[in-house]
Amino acid sequence: MSRSITRREFLKKSLAGAGLTIAVSMTPFGHKIFAIEEGKKDIPFKPNVWLQITPDNMITVYVNKSEMGQGIYTSLPMIVAEELDADWKQIRVKSAPAGDEYKDPVWGSQSTGGSTSIRHMHDTLQKAGAATREMLVKAAALTWKIEESDCESIAGKVINKKNGKSLTYGKLSQKAAQIKVPQEPKVKTVPSKLKGNSIARVDIPAKVNGSAVFGFDVQVKGMLYGTVERPPAYGAKVISYDEKSALKIPGVRYVVPITRGMAVCADTVDAAWKGKKALKTMWGKGIQPDMNTGKLESEFMSYLDKKGLIARDDGDVINTMKKSAKKVEAVYLLPYLSHVNMEPMNCTASVVKDACDIWVPTQNQTGVFELAKKITGLKPEQINVHTTYLGTGFGRRAETDVVEEALEISKAIGKPLKVIWTREEDMQNDFYRPGNSCRIEGALDDKGNLIAWSHKVVVPSIFARAMPGAVKNGIDPAAVEGIENMPYQIQNIRVEYVRIDTPVPVGFWRSVGSTHNAFTVESFIDEMANAAGRDPLEFRLSLLKNNPRLRRLLETVAEKAGWGKSPKTGQALGIAQHFCFGSYVAQVAEVSVDRQNGRIKVHRVVCAVDCGSVINPDTVKAQMEGGIIMGLSAALKEKVEFADGGVRSSNLHNYEVLRMHEAPEIEVHIVVSNDKLGGIGEPGVPPIAPAVANAVFKAAGVRLRHLPMSPDTVVSALRKG
Amino acid sequence: MIKLTVNEKEFKVDVGPDVPLLWVIREYLKLTGTKYVCGLGLCGSCTVHIDGKAMRSCQIPVNDAVGKKITTIEGIPEDHPVKKAWIKEQVPQCGYCQPGQIMEAAAFLAEKKNPTEEEIINHMSGHLCRCGTYPRIKLAIRTAAKKGGKQ
Repeated sequence: MSRSITRREFLKKSLAGAGLTIAVSMTPFGHKIFAIEEGKKDIPFKPNVWLQITPDNMITVYVNKSEMGQGIYTSLPMIVAEELDADWKQIRVKSAPAGDEYKDPVWGSQSTGGSTSIRHMHDTLQKAGAATREMLVKAAALTWKIEESDCESIAGKVINKKNGKSLTYGKLSQKAAQIKVPQEPKVKTVPSKLKGNSIARVDIPAKVNGSAVFGFDVQVKGMLYGTVERPPAYGAKVISYDEKSALKIPGVRYVVPITRGMAVCADTVDAAWKGKKALKTMWGKGIQPDMNTGKLESEFMSYLDKKGLIARDDGDVINTMKKSAKKVEAVYLLPYLSHVNMEPMNCTASVVKDACDIWVPTQNQTGVFELAKKITGLKPEQINVHTTYLGTGFGRRAETDVVEEALEISKAIGKPLKVIWTREEDMQNDFYRPGNSCRIEGALDDKGNLIAWSHKVVVPSIFARAMPGAVKNGIDPAAVEGIENMPYQIQNIRVEYVRIDTPVPVGFWRSVGSTHNAFTVESFIDEMANAAGRDPLEFRLSLLKNNPRLRRLLETVAEKAGWGKSPKTGQALGIAQHFCFGSYVAQVAEVSVDRQNGRIKVHRVVCAVDCGSVINPDTVKAQMEGGIIMGLSAALKEKVEFADGGVRSSNLHNYEVLRMHEAPEIEVHIVVSNDKLGGIGEPGVPPIAPAVANAVFKAAGVRLRHLPMSPDTVVSALRKG
Repeated sequence: MIKLTVNEKEFKVDVGPDVPLLWVIREYLKLTGTKYVCGLGLCGSCTVHIDGKAMRSCQIPVNDAVGKKITTIEGIPEDHPVKKAWIKEQVPQCGYCQPGQIMEAAAFLAEKKNPTEEEIINHMSGHLCRCGTYPRIKLAIRTAAKKGGKQ
């Protein structure tokens, strides 16, 4: 990928009329497609997609989504190239700058998340490609004075079917720019060349040779390094600091108090960190100085007795429970989780009198842009946001806290500056996946059929802070996703949500509410199958009579995993499914448990995914593999520890994540369906934790209802029997 | 002034002797392929070769690297079997940890031409990848090992 360009540069270059520039805008009245005309200063619409064909026969697609490993710099241009009949080799990808011109047409903001990039951009990109192709064919027909039907577009050329002559898209681009833009271009019903085939990712070569530029790698002339000392306990305020000692460290230039703490700016990272140490900042106690892991967990458990808001109430749960043949009740408790993006949070900013440039690995360009307007007071056209590669995002980089720090400091010192976080700062200043507890009750009739399900979830609200508009009637959609819309046909269902507020900030963590709700729903359905003395797969299928898509997926994964056959000695299989972000995923985990030390070994995971149609199959596979490993990491190992009113977990020795020796063999089966396109970045995560817990139950006879399933938890569960 | 030999070039840097090699490579030599993640030697992302051995550059004071042959990801030839295998097996997702993984794998395969699955796992488990590319890293090392003999 080439470096990103600024809005000014882009508008100037594209308006210079070199070749053909097509923009598509999605409006309430459908797509508007137009060419950028030479010499024209204003753009008539707010387009969401840009593509440019230049006389050098290159096609540039400006991608408005952030590349964080999900392969979007490849998948989005594939959609354009497919419609355009382009040669994949002539496609170049550029990161779009931040601006109204590049907003996601569905969200009305420029941001990447919710496994939506392809789903939101697909139709618009298709139209852009199709319209451009029609213009190029028309330009060729005019050149040769033949009918358009005598022309054919193949691999970046238009062929004259009568004499076999051809013209490249590059050669045709100037002429095509004069042609009236078709508003209803014909899109392909059957993809021919690219879509559905595994195309090598365009970002991989730079990531292999070390030249890929992440936020951490940005170099700006005259740049200083900034580090920030933040409160060790939530809400703590600065009591004192030793500015003089910090400034005595060679290389330290400034000490700047900012909203979030004390900033030290220096010539090098090493000097900045030494300066921060020398600052010896003293902090007050914070808002809940005695908060710790144990207290938080007790609070989550005691909130189970509170009355909550009803998110779903079908039938008559209370009376059905009373009349049932058998009742099961279970309580679950899940911890807070940290994102642990490999690239710690960082942002480079340059705020001068009449311009602001920001280089940042962000999932939220619009948020960065708006914040820059607020902090600098500059006009939109004076602000440039450059999106770098992201060393993963997982929802953490939708937040703009580090951007605020960089902007405040750069504005104060009048120099460009890169704020970098240490691993410790990154782990202790996260917006965590919320901890939560659940009480679930289920009832069976005398034939072993599931007739009632009551599910109370106690969880902090992510949306109340992040997007209050999404909270409807007090119910945070993330709190109940996956419970309230569980696919099982049960006549009597009640879902209750109790919001709990703690000082710990919570945010979006890859697959959000589904990370915890899939665990409790898919563990408890297994508990009910066991109570009914029925096979967990058969039990699920019997409750999915009206969902052939999910039935097929479960049957596929079961068959591929050898469900029903005898596994190797000491091993057992567990199954789970989950629907989120428009896609169904089912997984079977093959597990053994060491009864002495409590270690769970996951030998193999078989995964089946139905995300509707598929753009780049290898990317789907990679996202499933990665989702399973991240989900397994959380299931077996991850838990944020709190102490003295703040976060105690600090680095990878006391917040461990999964390593290669703990990673299972993974087999992914893509089940192609004609259903709507689904997302792929997140849906691989949720099913693995319950699949493993269900397998552990089968292997060792203990039901693990607390996460993580650490050796200690397993040993104590085995002791209790 | 501290003299360093990195990727077969000589550099003189004006830096304190205790500064970790990682930051000297990144800030003074502008070789940003070597990454910071944990600063404690727990994740392997800062791995470079020192006299052919894979080492964690965040744990090495720059003074200790004087007089030694340092190689970073940028110094590994593009046609190196490990780099080629990483592309063939489409290993990276976000890519941030991959230079460290590649450096470890290259040093490992230089010593052990045809490692077993278990040897690969034991050797690579010091490296973290949050994207979960472990299955593909294993595959790429096997691919590179097969091609290694022909180098």
